[in-house]
Amino acid sequence: MAYKIIGSQCTACGACEFECPNGAISTKRGTYVIDAALCNECEGHHAKPQCASVCPVDGTCVPA
Amino acid sequence: MAQIIPLDSLKQPIGVEAMRAELAGGCAASSCGSSDGPADMDPAVWAKVKDHPCYSEEAHHYFARMHVAVAPACNIQCNYCNRKYDCSNESRPGVVSEKLTPEQAVRKVVAVANEVPQLSVLGIAGPGDACYDWNKTKATFDAVTWQIPDIKLCLSTNGLALPDHVDEIAAMNIDHVTITINMVDPEIGARIYPWIFHDHQRWFGVEASRILHERQMLGLEMLVARGILVKVNSVMIPGINDRHLVEVNRVVKAKGAFLHNIMPLISDPAHGTHFGLAGQRGPTAAELKALQDQVSGGTKLMRHCRQCRADAVGLLGEDRGQDFNMDKLPESVDYDPSKRAAYRAVVADVRGEHVAQKAQAAETVAAAGADEKVLVAVATKGGGRINQHFGHATEFQVYEVSPAGISFAGHRKVEQYCQGGWGEDATLDGVLAALESVAAVLCAKIGDCPKDSLATAGIVASHDYAYEWIEAGIAAWYAAAHPAAVRLTA
Repeated sequence: MAYKIIGSQCTACGACEFECPNGAISTKRGTYVIDAALCNECEGHHAKPQCASVCPVDGTCVPA
Repeated sequence: MAQIIPLDSLKQPIGVEAMRAELAGGCAASSCGSSDGPADMDPAVWAKVKDHPCYSEEAHHYFARMHVAVAPACNIQCNYCNRKYDCSNESRPGVVSEKLTPEQAVRKVVAVANEVPQLSVLGIAGPGDACYDWNKTKATFDAVTWQIPDIKLCLSTNGLALPDHVDEIAAMNIDHVTITINMVDPEIGARIYPWIFHDHQRWFGVEASRILHERQMLGLEMLVARGILVKVNSVMIPGINDRHLVEVNRVVKAKGAFLHNIMPLISDPAHGTHFGLAGQRGPTAAELKALQDQVSGGTKLMRHCRQCRADAVGLLGEDRGQDFNMDKLPESVDYDPSKRAAYRAVVADVRGEHVAQKAQAAETVAAAGADEKVLVAVATKGGGRINQHFGHATEFQVYEVSPAGISFAGHRKVEQYCQGGWGEDATLDGVLAALESVAAVLCAKIGDCPKDSLATAGIVASHDYAYEWIEAGIAAWYAAAHPAAVRLTA
């Protein structure tokens, strides 16, 4: 139960980082990564995962 | 051309006299903003726009802006934008801006302020949305104003997150906000915006555009109520919102927008945008001007917009961004206000002369007694003078001249014709196409060969007005081109 970011497609805009209610997203080598241990797909916070909802590049923030 | 001091020389220690010589001989900027001067404007408004190259056509001759790309996150998707590149709305696509942290941005602004005395404005204009990515926008502005208290701040937004930050914008002394408004009808919006992210969810279609529209109108009203100048940018998309922009103009004017800037869609399959891939074309220069003319009453219209990159540095029409990449900056840099202060004093002097010659030029064309309205293109490196070699021009500034006066009508970009002294015929074809419907070209110098080619195309080319003020040169040409009328008044 976590999402992941396809690093090669990530534009590093950072929107997912500040939308994440769990603080699970950080930068690593120029793109963003999701800490699977902290990600719960926004359950209890929002109807849909925030990172995937705000990500501007289709198919880049996806279920792990 | 010994009388021209290159702008690069400003990097060196330079005296007030040299700055004055540079402005007189010619070098500073190109054209932008409202063409009104102090006589046409509320003093409070004039105080806000007089040094802002994007809001005042007059100011763009003297002052420079810089953008820092600190706020890359965005909350909407536009069909003319591919987020792998800069937003083609606020910046030309194709090369990604150097993304900066707020700390890096402050270092860059101080370095530029120390070397570019024309710097008056710092803007945050993409990629991304300055209001949505608010924490980075605010951190940057706070830190820069702490070091350079007199710098003007402006930001650009799609408006969706704007109402959430209007009070902070007012508290931070941000005088200028640009909202991109492409529609006031959500049905049309649905063809421009596939989705938005708002209130923790993604919205689609007409519903998304309805929310965006309501937030844009609310944000505009809130800014106007607080006395903040609002420029509205609209991207003209033929077949989608081109005719609708007349209605957009009416609405934003009624709500108190200060300037309306209608920009052409930039569309190319290579940019990977939805519109680019779908073959949606941008408007021609003639279509753009026809629309701008149609809505020119009331809200002032900006015709000098260069759709500059999100990391642009310098006068409008020039971009020195590459000179100030992070890897070229020192680790730490202290602000030295002396060069900017000296430059401002010089400009205050020169501006008086510029305004006086404008009035004189208006009298000259009125006195010519002709009833012809023509377009005249000018090659200029800035400073308000005809001071560029025809072959060195990468754009021409086009003015409309009639007995009613001389007004800036827009710029036409061209491939640089002369590279190393040899004109290329192939490139001249592009120049001729760009100068369509122009009656004359005034420049600092032109060779016989291109001059003949232009004559064949029905365009008069002249360097008789080299180093004149632009308006004075155009007026003198116009009067000379109507000799019968001149005799009547003589």
